[in-house]
Amino acid sequence: MSGNSFSGPLDPAPDAGWTDAPKRKGFFTDTSVCIGCKACEVACKEWNAVPEDGLLMLGSSYDNSGSLGASTWRHVKFIEQPKPLGAQEAGLEGTAAGPAMTDVLNRTADSALSGDRSLLGTTTAQVEVRPAPVDLGMPGAALPGTADGAQRTEFRWLMESDVCKHCTHAACLDVCPTGSLFRTEFGTVVVQDDICNGCGYCVPACPFGVIDRRIGEKGVTKNEGIAQKCTLCYDRIGDGLEPACAKACPTKSIQFGDVDELRERAARRVETLQAAGVHDARLYGEDTSDGIGGLGAFFLLLDEPEVYGLPPDPVVTTRDLPQMWRKAGLAALTMLAGAVAVFGARG
Amino acid sequence: MTAAHSTDDTARATGHGGPNAVTRDGSAGPRPGEDAVVGQAGGRRRKGGRGGGGGKGERSMVPPAEFTSYYGRPIVKASPWERDIPAYLFMGGVAAGSSLLAAGADLTDRPALRRTGRMGSIVGLTLSMVALVHDLGRPERFHHMLRVAKPTSPMSVGTWILTAYGPFAGLAAVAEGRELLPAGLREGLVGRLLGRSARPAGIVAALTAPAVASYTAVLLADTATPTWHAAHRHLPFVFVGSASAASGGLGMIGAPVGEAGPARRLAVGGALLELAVGRRMERAMGITAEPLHTGHAGALMRASTALTVLGSLGTATVARRSRAAAVVSGAALMAGSACLRFGVFEAGQASARDPRYTVVPQRERLARGQAERHAGGGQPAGPPAENPR
Repeated sequence: MSGNSFSGPLDPAPDAGWTDAPKRKGFFTDTSVCIGCKACEVACKEWNAVPEDGLLMLGSSYDNSGSLGASTWRHVKFIEQPKPLGAQEAGLEGTAAGPAMTDVLNRTADSALSGDRSLLGTTTAQVEVRPAPVDLGMPGAALPGTADGAQRTEFRWLMESDVCKHCTHAACLDVCPTGSLFRTEFGTVVVQDDICNGCGYCVPACPFGVIDRRIGEKGVTKNEGIAQKCTLCYDRIGDGLEPACAKACPTKSIQFGDVDELRERAARRVETLQAAGVHDARLYGEDTSDGIGGLGAFFLLLDEPEVYGLPPDPVVTTRDLPQMWRKAGLAALTMLAGAVAVFGARG
Repeated sequence: MTAAHSTDDTARATGHGGPNAVTRDGSAGPRPGEDAVVGQAGGRRRKGGRGGGGGKGERSMVPPAEFTSYYGRPIVKASPWERDIPAYLFMGGVAAGSSLLAAGADLTDRPALRRTGRMGSIVGLTLSMVALVHDLGRPERFHHMLRVAKPTSPMSVGTWILTAYGPFAGLAAVAEGRELLPAGLREGLVGRLLGRSARPAGIVAALTAPAVASYTAVLLADTATPTWHAAHRHLPFVFVGSASAASGGLGMIGAPVGEAGPARRLAVGGALLELAVGRRMERAMGITAEPLHTGHAGALMRASTALTVLGSLGTATVARRSRAAAVVSGAALMAGSACLRFGVFEAGQASARDPRYTVVPQRERLARGQAERHAGGGQPAGPPAENPR
């Protein structure tokens, strides 16, 4: 334990008591080269034997896995925006478009779904009250020019492969009451399946909504009822291999390595993109002075974090825990004093 | 270095040629796509200098006025806890306050209030335990809680608080049943031991009981659930107030008017603390107080306030004279406490399901220039990201 054990810059493995720990390992996910192929999702499921997470059409671009969860350890997000990508132009702006397919697709998807979508963090009811989709002038089923004056817009498609951040200050690990979640020698955070009793405390503690309790059939679904998330392929990296998702990534959007080296690489990459006119390129989670102490798995994004469903200024909840314990102690003393007082009074 | 890499000057220039940590499976060196610069290749170059877009006119798929989200989906996850947990918050509070009343009644010779308190604590505690174990994903592994003692985990601390409190509250309650034993057993060694240990056990239980009532606030607040975390400075006081009101109410139900004076005072004091700090808490929470006023949680919170106010008024007036009025007032206070626990619980769950309560407070913090930064921390590795807002 050091002075920064609750917040601030820290090398987590030695802080957790590892001696001669190897260099901290992590991911740098460069979303600017992600092509949305989902090979990472598939490779992760294959290697880690992660069960099915629902076969649903969510009507949100090509994202049909919804969010990270107990059975979704890599999650590729798709964001469609009516703006250009860097200095690129499609050359189609202002030309005639057919009727948008987005509405048709969403209606079809919604009506096809009568089942419970809450596992994915979205329900049919929520989808129905969602604001109308933006018409991006995407190709439709009818001939261009047949819609009333619809024109093609600028268009960019952002993709991001999301994953557990393996926080420097990991709230899930801090609040785990069984010691099931632990800090590995690589500085990552891993669940011990045979220890977790499914109390579920890590689930609301995570500032990124990564970890979840696996829902399934008792005695049938693997690890049903216990908390599950990315292990940064603890079994693979212990053998000198790279995690399955990084191995499968065809564009090296997912890069695995020593966190300090990845940070340098990311800094150079964002400079390159800025110089090339991609002014909205930015790093997310690489700053060791942020509310998490820096992420073990950090990102290069092309828009604000919340556009990708990431919190813009996350903080580990346990940073405030010393203050919470003081307040709770004071409250307990207040109650004790009150009880003494009510018996002392006349009446 | 792979052949593909060494022949690719662009890759070198962009600085991605550092040695890869992984070598054993032959994956060293970047693969071709890694160095692609978006917006440079494939497609025509834009004529003007309008590269990059920037903030103006930028829209996402969901364009609400104040904040952006990813298809309106939650950022943090709502806890997987069900009604067991708010029920435990209530019953644990009743047990804790009842132990305090029982010890006080024992020392001031109020047998009916003592009996009510000890019974209230053992019933509350037992139901709490059942609820806590039932809520686990793997109930048969409940004892794994006892593997470690972790001050950073309010649930672990709570486990040990209950482990310290439970046996003494249980012993005091069991001793209360001594009168029911047959004479031989009652006057035997076990019976006499029970009789002797009741008071010390009850006092130890009373000393640990306040921690049982207050730690549950930290249990909720030590999460990323916006409404729970934002309440962390005030929630412990609200919860001990609520526990006092509920257990005082139980004392008024179980003990005759003449003995129930301390129960009435504890109930009114607790209710006042709960109501006063609760108002202050909501003012301090900003936007994250909204879920406490809307939907199902809002209805529960309004019911809680009404029941607590009415119960307190009844307690302060008619409950001193009429047992029937005391029972009604006590029941109202207990119901008010239960509504509060369910209301706070539901509000937190609702705040986690709506990304608005995660994004907006963080954005407001950034807009005020008060981003979470640890003093003495490193600088960002790259150039500061453009922030159009």
